[in-house]
Amino acid sequence: MNATNRTVVVTGIGATTPLGGDSASTWDGLMAGRSGVRPLEQEWAAELPVRIAASIAVEPGEVLPRPLARRLDRSAQFALIAAREAWADAGLTGPAGEVGGTVDPDRLGTVIASGIGGVTTLLDQYDVLLEKGARRVSPHTVPMLMPNSPAANVGLEVGARAGVHTPVSACASGAEAIGYAAEMIRSGRADIVVTGGTEACVHPLPIAAFSNMMAMSKDNENPEGASRPYDTGRSGFVLGEGAGVVVLESAEHAERRGARVYCELVGQGLSADSHHIAQPEPTGRGISAALQNLLDATDIDLSEVVHLNAHATSTPQGDVAEVKALRKVLGDHVDHVAVSATKSMTGHLLGGAGGIETVATVLALHHRTAPPTLNVDELDPEVDADVVRGEPRALPAEGRLTALNNSFGFGGHNVVLAFRTV
Amino acid sequence: MAATKEEIISGLAEIVNEIAGIPTEDVAEDKSFTDDLDVDSLSMVEVVVAAEERFDVKIPDDDVKGLKTVGDATNYILEHQS
Repeated sequence: MNATNRTVVVTGIGATTPLGGDSASTWDGLMAGRSGVRPLEQEWAAELPVRIAASIAVEPGEVLPRPLARRLDRSAQFALIAAREAWADAGLTGPAGEVGGTVDPDRLGTVIASGIGGVTTLLDQYDVLLEKGARRVSPHTVPMLMPNSPAANVGLEVGARAGVHTPVSACASGAEAIGYAAEMIRSGRADIVVTGGTEACVHPLPIAAFSNMMAMSKDNENPEGASRPYDTGRSGFVLGEGAGVVVLESAEHAERRGARVYCELVGQGLSADSHHIAQPEPTGRGISAALQNLLDATDIDLSEVVHLNAHATSTPQGDVAEVKALRKVLGDHVDHVAVSATKSMTGHLLGGAGGIETVATVLALHHRTAPPTLNVDELDPEVDADVVRGEPRALPAEGRLTALNNSFGFGGHNVVLAFRTV
Repeated sequence: MAATKEEIISGLAEIVNEIAGIPTEDVAEDKSFTDDLDVDSLSMVEVVVAAEERFDVKIPDDDVKGLKTVGDATNYILEHQS
């Protein structure tokens, strides 16, 4: 067996998102073209310039027992809920080593990322420090706020010993995690990895900060219309929260235990812009490089690429740069790629985006249907791509299909993941 | 007014229930925080801080190590509450 060239497959999916408490309800929401963006009713939101967000559909407190929930940051709560679903969906129950020997803990890893980490824990405990004093600061603060907490807690849950990792690259974090997980399997370090992204920062400080970067939509009067990728009226992203997690396995491992296989993770392409700490490179040079790196490193047949779950956050510059890069690398084939911007419904989950959008991409291949993009009333003439508007779009019913999932992050990080039907 | 032994045990039971989710009726004098009540070293700090507040007592970190059971904690609070 060539351990450096093993096929990686997806065998389980899980999510908790602004559209639903699991991957099935999230998919239903995407297919129905439902917006998860709502007004922020909390008292703290009243004075903020942005008073909307794609808040979670099912509060984690309704799902997790209280003693467990109170020692996990909200980002880790989301990750654990999504990971439990993915683990069960992969046909696994209980920690590795206790499931009848089908999974060797020494060959199991977790790679779960977050862009910002346990920011609400940090800020809440700072309030405790100021209001009640040092003695009252929770002893769980550090293990809750550390960015690797979601990966570590999921690792404890499933009993992972091959490695527990957290790559951090802002809004590309979730995708980078999944790419890293695939690499662990491809290189022979692990046979099975639970991987994805999570984010929980619907809090006045991050909202004020993003808003002052002029990155967010301030369309408070029209929450469901605020996230409008590719539309001429787009004015910034809408913050979302939640997590998306998948189970990746080597094809041999999945076959050996008789696992159901959704699709193959063909590979990933990465690059960095080296342009600006927060602005997208306007020509899409870095994105083109990531896409080209993917095509160079894999056996992807361009004619099979039928769908892109775009990064498309609804910012004026970013949406156009991504489409330019696509046209530059794929050429005329772009006209045959159904482009979906699911952030129009879920909002932007930052480090969680690569997680939930991977789940959406896997299900798009599984159901051979591309989700719609909401709110494209007037397509920006600079968006020279086949955007799926209004209704879901059927993908070819026959033949092998490949789909791409783009994620880019502040810092100039670019990640393209590629999935293919088997 | 100082709490009685029974009041301290029932107070500790409520604290342990809040922190570790153990039913209050399972919290008794002879129970070990770590072995019986699912209270690890970090959660023990939470129990101690909550007990300090509830019973108006100071429990220095060095003394926490000696509090293995609910009975240990109860006696400590009885002796040190103001």
